[in-house]
Amino acid sequence: MDQIAFLEPRPAVLSRRREIVADLLDLLPEGCLVHEPRELVPFETDAFVSYRRLPLAVALPETTQQVAAVLKYCHRYGVPVVPRGAGTSLAGGAIPQEDAVVIGLSKMAQILEVDFANRTATVQAGVTNLAISDAVSADGYFYAPDPSSQLACTIGGNIGMNSGGAHCLKYGVTTNNLLGVKLVLIDGTIVDLGGKALDAGGLDLLGVVCGGEGQLGIVTEATVRLVARPEGARPVLFGFDSSEEAGACVADVIGAGIIPVAIEFMDKPAIEICEAFAQAGYPMDVEALLIVEVEGSEAEMDAMLASIIEIAGRHGVKVVKECQSATEAALIWKGRKSAFGATGRIADYICMDGTVPLSQLPHVLRGTAEIVAKHGLRVANVFHAGDGNMHPLILFNANDPDDAARAEAAGNEILKLCVDAGGCLTGEHGVGIEKRDLMRHQYSEADLAQQMAVRAAFDPQWLLNPSKVFPLEGRPAA
Amino acid sequence: MTPIHEPLSEEAAARLVMIAGLSATPFSISGGGTRSLLPAADGAEQLSTRGLNGIVAYNPAEMTMTARAGTPLEKVEAALAENRQMLAFEPVDLRGVLGSSGIPTIGGVFATNASGPRRFVAGAARDSLLGVRFVNGKGEIVKAGGRVMKNVTGLDLAKLLAGSHGSLALLTEVTFRVLPMPETAVTIVISGLNDAEATAAMATAMGLPVEVSGAAHLPESVRGRFAGGALPDGAATVLRLEGLAASVSVRAQKLADAMAGFGAVSQCDAGLTQRLWREIRDAAPYADGTSRPLWRVSVAPTAGQQLVAALRLETGVDAFYDWQGGLVWLRMESDPEAALLRRYIKAVGGGHATLLRARPDVLAATDIFQPQADAVAALQTAVKASFDPGGLFRSRMTG
Repeated sequence: MDQIAFLEPRPAVLSRRREIVADLLDLLPEGCLVHEPRELVPFETDAFVSYRRLPLAVALPETTQQVAAVLKYCHRYGVPVVPRGAGTSLAGGAIPQEDAVVIGLSKMAQILEVDFANRTATVQAGVTNLAISDAVSADGYFYAPDPSSQLACTIGGNIGMNSGGAHCLKYGVTTNNLLGVKLVLIDGTIVDLGGKALDAGGLDLLGVVCGGEGQLGIVTEATVRLVARPEGARPVLFGFDSSEEAGACVADVIGAGIIPVAIEFMDKPAIEICEAFAQAGYPMDVEALLIVEVEGSEAEMDAMLASIIEIAGRHGVKVVKECQSATEAALIWKGRKSAFGATGRIADYICMDGTVPLSQLPHVLRGTAEIVAKHGLRVANVFHAGDGNMHPLILFNANDPDDAARAEAAGNEILKLCVDAGGCLTGEHGVGIEKRDLMRHQYSEADLAQQMAVRAAFDPQWLLNPSKVFPLEGRPAA
Repeated sequence: MTPIHEPLSEEAAARLVMIAGLSATPFSISGGGTRSLLPAADGAEQLSTRGLNGIVAYNPAEMTMTARAGTPLEKVEAALAENRQMLAFEPVDLRGVLGSSGIPTIGGVFATNASGPRRFVAGAARDSLLGVRFVNGKGEIVKAGGRVMKNVTGLDLAKLLAGSHGSLALLTEVTFRVLPMPETAVTIVISGLNDAEATAAMATAMGLPVEVSGAAHLPESVRGRFAGGALPDGAATVLRLEGLAASVSVRAQKLADAMAGFGAVSQCDAGLTQRLWREIRDAAPYADGTSRPLWRVSVAPTAGQQLVAALRLETGVDAFYDWQGGLVWLRMESDPEAALLRRYIKAVGGGHATLLRARPDVLAATDIFQPQADAVAALQTAVKASFDPGGLFRSRMTG
């Protein structure tokens, strides 16, 4: 199903492979360059496993200065560079190409400073998302964005993709929790954007670097906002007879001015898959499930839940299940957060990530079911309903090329449906290569040209992660 | 008198910019003209969004609104209030301190990233901005972002336009997130703390699970000029709590207990709270009818009082603090002391200072926006050129 094209490798780079490796070995300490083909295999793809390319070499620098030295070299000799965090991208954001040097941040994994008085943590880009919260939790703080891959994914990757998570309904996504970065530009220049002070003194360059998918520079350090952990948090399960009723309930809860920390949605196939994996105690006799989490003191949680239960009652809620212990609460989230992994155990899947306006949820859920049925496939829906960020998992058999092609076609149709409903192609996973060729469905030529012009302002030669985000045809001449 | 252009549609604005490009006629972009103190660039014609007026879409259940850039802020807030919703970032109204008239517009609010007290927990204007439509310097109509809460499709150009002060493009339409209005609000007041003690008290409060939504320190020199003098004697460190009434009263008790060790604690009711925080938002004590230099400084929360203490040794300043101490409103006696101020900002760990008010000749001669490091300035110039290659849009921010 190799349909998404990569840029043609530059012959001038491929032919100098040996020289480039020798030069990079000189630039980096021992053990910081991977170049044996066999050892390059772990870097050939990310969590978007249907595509893979063996890179020219992988640099694993230990300092910002080393990142700068490698970038300066690649810039001078016109060698493409692909940044990599933990390689958990679902959109192919970290997949390399044959003529590229991968810069992996895995050796830069130190927490540099925790500053409770200013509620900030300054960390190296290779620190995992969860490690930040772990480092501050004993003092009653946490780092809010919580992508499902938070055990593995790095803050550098989170910044590249502007990652979200289940709890961003209340706390926002990466860009809302990021105060500053140390950024290495393609020519090796090191700049500091932002810091512990709020907002930019000039143009908000940090705002466009976050979510820039590694095309604007390589982030080596980040200063993030810490938040005081709430007194308590309680997830509650609401089971419904239909997806439409669950979707309408979400819209009414938000419309009533109630903003829980999280509202997660699962349909029957997703419930079955996750329950089999996590034994989370999900009700099995419902067609759709909402996990609604509220937080605060006991009294606050009780008051908010009473309002939500009343609204759910108007939508014929069949089951309301409050968890009785912290263990039960943890299980409920384990089930939800392992949805992708659990699905991967029973079938191959591709995960879509379109976001739609809340009022369109029932319509898009119906349309998704129709599209998938038309292609003779199955779908499990599990997503962040409170902000309309959908995640249909299209199940298929990767060993059957026809099946795989149909899954990809169905996925593209679903994303177009999301855009046509007033939404977007991707809410938190990023464009990568996966959605690159659909960009014209969402943006006009002028829209894309403006984005590409900004990209070129940072990287005029298009060396950084060059096969991603923007359709390959119609790019400006570098 | 320089000509003022007020296109009545996005298409007309695009045409105007395209034609101006042919003769390289520069523009100075304005919204409601509330920042009229900032002099337009020499020879630039004024391009106003005032003709682009009206709410395009508002769906309270989706917590989003789309409005044309020239829509008066008042109209936006009134429509939101009808549904008990609001802008989370509490846009600042500078008319008082600038002594200016004019009607703040929603486009101007986003173009200046004008964010008030709740900013330090709920985000700035830029964090609420979901999507934009604009006319770039080539006269092209461009859209970026969208109308959904989560969107990482392509580069986040909306962030660049927020706070760009008319230097990149003419905003024609903005889509933004809104929040439910809190049912009630109270303020816990701790009296008699000096600036350093207040900074420590605010940091402690922000570490508690009580969701403080405003944290300001009003030194003795300004305290009496807030809330009609209703705050207790001595400096006032004020902490706001918002939400459901039942929850607010529980949290207020917890917070008051935790703050008792710092100083005498009292409480303001909802009415006084509303007035107090509006005045903090708009720097009301400095709405003094003078043109004494007024700075808005953003540093790390603990650095605010260090900065002021250092400045006091060298020059006459009057100051109060918002954002847990990180936003400093700073009024100088006569000279803006830009070089001194920026040297000390660097010394306390970095940040930025914007000169909002001074005599016209002083404003013209001072870097009103924070100068950037060379490499960052070069990036800014390149980004500016990517929106406006002909340099049509003149702004103090990018020259």
